[in-house]
Amino acid sequence: MSPDLDDPKAPAKPGPGGFGWALALVPLLLLGLVMAYLVATGGGLRDLAGPPVESLKIQRITLPEPGLIRVEVVNDGPQTVTIPQVLVDDAYWTFSATPSTTIPRLGRATFTIPYPWVREEAHRVMLITSLGMTLEGEIPVAVTTPKITADLFGRFALIGLYVGVVPVLLGMLWYPWMRRLSRPAMNFILSLTVGLLVFLAVGTYLDANEFATGLPAFWQGVPAVIFVALIALGVLLALGTRGVRKEPDPLGLSYRIALGIGLHNLGEGLAIGAAFALGEAALGTFLVLGFTLHNITEGVGIVAPVVRNNPGLRHFGWLALLAGGPAILGVWLGGFAFNPVLATVFLAVGIGAILQVIWEVGRLVAKDSAALGQPLVNWVNLAGLTAGIAVMYLTAFLVKF
Amino acid sequence: MKPQDQRGFSRRDVIRALGALSGVVGAAGLGLAQYGSAAGHGTPHPGPAPTHQGHGGNTLVGAVDPKNNGFDPLDLLVDWDHGRVSKLPDGRTLREYEFTAEEKEIEIAPGIFFPAWTYNGRVPGPTIRCTEGDLLRVRFVNASTHPHTIHFHGFHPAAMDGTPLPANGGLVPPGGSYTYEFEAQPFGCHKYHCHAASLKRHLHKGMYGAFIVDPREGRPPAREFVMVMNAFDTNFDSANEVYAVNTVGFEYARRPVPIRRGELVRVYLMNMVEFDLLNSFHTHGLLFDYYDHGTTLTPTLRMVDTVVQAQGQRGILEFRAPYSGPFMFHAHVSEFTELGWMGHFNVVDEKDWAKALQNSGLGADWDRRGQNGATVAWKGSPRADEPSAAELARRIYQSAKDREA
Repeated sequence: MSPDLDDPKAPAKPGPGGFGWALALVPLLLLGLVMAYLVATGGGLRDLAGPPVESLKIQRITLPEPGLIRVEVVNDGPQTVTIPQVLVDDAYWTFSATPSTTIPRLGRATFTIPYPWVREEAHRVMLITSLGMTLEGEIPVAVTTPKITADLFGRFALIGLYVGVVPVLLGMLWYPWMRRLSRPAMNFILSLTVGLLVFLAVGTYLDANEFATGLPAFWQGVPAVIFVALIALGVLLALGTRGVRKEPDPLGLSYRIALGIGLHNLGEGLAIGAAFALGEAALGTFLVLGFTLHNITEGVGIVAPVVRNNPGLRHFGWLALLAGGPAILGVWLGGFAFNPVLATVFLAVGIGAILQVIWEVGRLVAKDSAALGQPLVNWVNLAGLTAGIAVMYLTAFLVKF
Repeated sequence: MKPQDQRGFSRRDVIRALGALSGVVGAAGLGLAQYGSAAGHGTPHPGPAPTHQGHGGNTLVGAVDPKNNGFDPLDLLVDWDHGRVSKLPDGRTLREYEFTAEEKEIEIAPGIFFPAWTYNGRVPGPTIRCTEGDLLRVRFVNASTHPHTIHFHGFHPAAMDGTPLPANGGLVPPGGSYTYEFEAQPFGCHKYHCHAASLKRHLHKGMYGAFIVDPREGRPPAREFVMVMNAFDTNFDSANEVYAVNTVGFEYARRPVPIRRGELVRVYLMNMVEFDLLNSFHTHGLLFDYYDHGTTLTPTLRMVDTVVQAQGQRGILEFRAPYSGPFMFHAHVSEFTELGWMGHFNVVDEKDWAKALQNSGLGADWDRRGQNGATVAWKGSPRADEPSAAELARRIYQSAKDREA
């Protein structure tokens, strides 16, 4: 920083009073002129104009009722695109388009096709542009898209409970046993927590990226995931270090771990809800089983920081809800009203949250190791870290196929 | 269309699919409230409704205005080009043609535009019609930006073969020209097409047409049509998106082809589809005799309702429709049928004839041309002998030697 700006005794600069503010408008006015010139005359670049570029993304295909397919399309290309014809299973089919078959840049359209789709079989929808380019969407297993009913709502909540809240609670039941552990053993458990968080951070990042790559190009999904994660990390770090206390509040840390894990579990809920919406109920049931096993270690991680001071049952309840509850929300969203943009943002925030708790738990491990007169990277800590990753990796065998 | 890759189904695929890349059944739910209304509340697509409903939804939406393309698929059925006719000193008939290669955007289905390469601005190119033994002189001018040729099927000297080989006439460069001159032999249902490389591209872009050589004693009077089965690869993935007869998908379903009940109908059929190995022609409610390549006066296949043609294969169909009413005709390759290659014959009694023509937007001229395409009137009986290909070649060889001497 220049001494000018820092020094309170430096001579005062004229404030932005009077017409000073108008100076800020000069570049903007000139920019407007340049833009107008480019639009009006082509700026001498007319000859560079190439063939039309068409880019579209199918956002969602739904089957609202038997005999009906609905396709939502976003134009993420640089110019207007017209879709004059629609095919289902390699057959031109009648349809209607709302608001129009002509979609401006960043615009949307919904195509409604009265097609007699066959339950539990696969179909393919194809949109063809006026230039003959084609865009294909898949219906891997045709079933009527779930509608919100009290019954289904309740059942989806139950699934979220099984994969989120129940395993986290069960994991927390190791707490009494953990309280009896020696300090080195406890360091092992904290390192294990770091390991499982590292696994979740990587997994959440990859999941977020998969959503991000599918987003319309203008969202710039892949870099946006990193930016959102960094901002979330920064905000949480700032919140976590506020105040003058040097010791981070152990219970606060537990809550932050629960939050990060909760956002991760939201992603898992989305996957399960989506599987059900896709008619893969069998797949869904298997996933439920897998995630229940996979998530049990999360409970251990959440309660590890509070081993030395029991916060009471009420907090355990809230922690379990914070870490596991979002799974319920995820199943609802995935099953009823999927929004890939929101999903990407949630997961990106989740990455930031997990990175922040890795930092905090890591510091805890460092402090305890120092108290035992050992370096941060010792064999016990390394074994804990490896065990954490390994447990998550191996139980993930049940949910990856 | 290309077969889909068989992909494994994984949890990640489910999520990715939902994410949008390949859109997948996601959710109604909250979204449903937004769209609340049932089907049919969308804006109706502009353009006239198809005259024939009842395709169970399998149809193109809208219509192609023939004015945009400069040609009408219904008109192409009966559009014979007899050339500029004159007599040669040796008594033979000379037919002269002007062919120009042009690049032109054509509408192959309502709203779908294809950057075609054409002969004389149309796909398929002009239907050359002549009599066996006539001398053809086709002056070819290349007004496009790529080299092209015209390769005719049938007997002809090597220099008239129209391949890139210099001894075959060679490529005609942009701005260049070449005159193909040869005697039309043998009679039959032939074709011509560009033979420049890449062959696939030059063909599917639209450079082909019918070349019909009538036998010297004619064929029995009939209503005649030329039907070129073609297809277009609009996204250049080496698989076709639109299939048709005479270029515009489902046009004969929208505007049925009128024929009189009981009259003899002769269809000059050829398959110019690229990428797919086979194409076929299937009639509903009637059977036909088939003359493969049209090079014989007796059928090569009798009493069938489906005939298969490989790429470039062609032949003549003859039939009468015993019952009135709409009868489908289509490829019995169902995929092509549903991608545009399907039409109707509207079989009517005499009293309904004028109305049938009117319904399909046709006039008396179309009716007349359908019955007056032949370059030679039927002499009442076919020739006594039908030579083998080798025997016919021997005779052409002999007369060529005589002329050279």
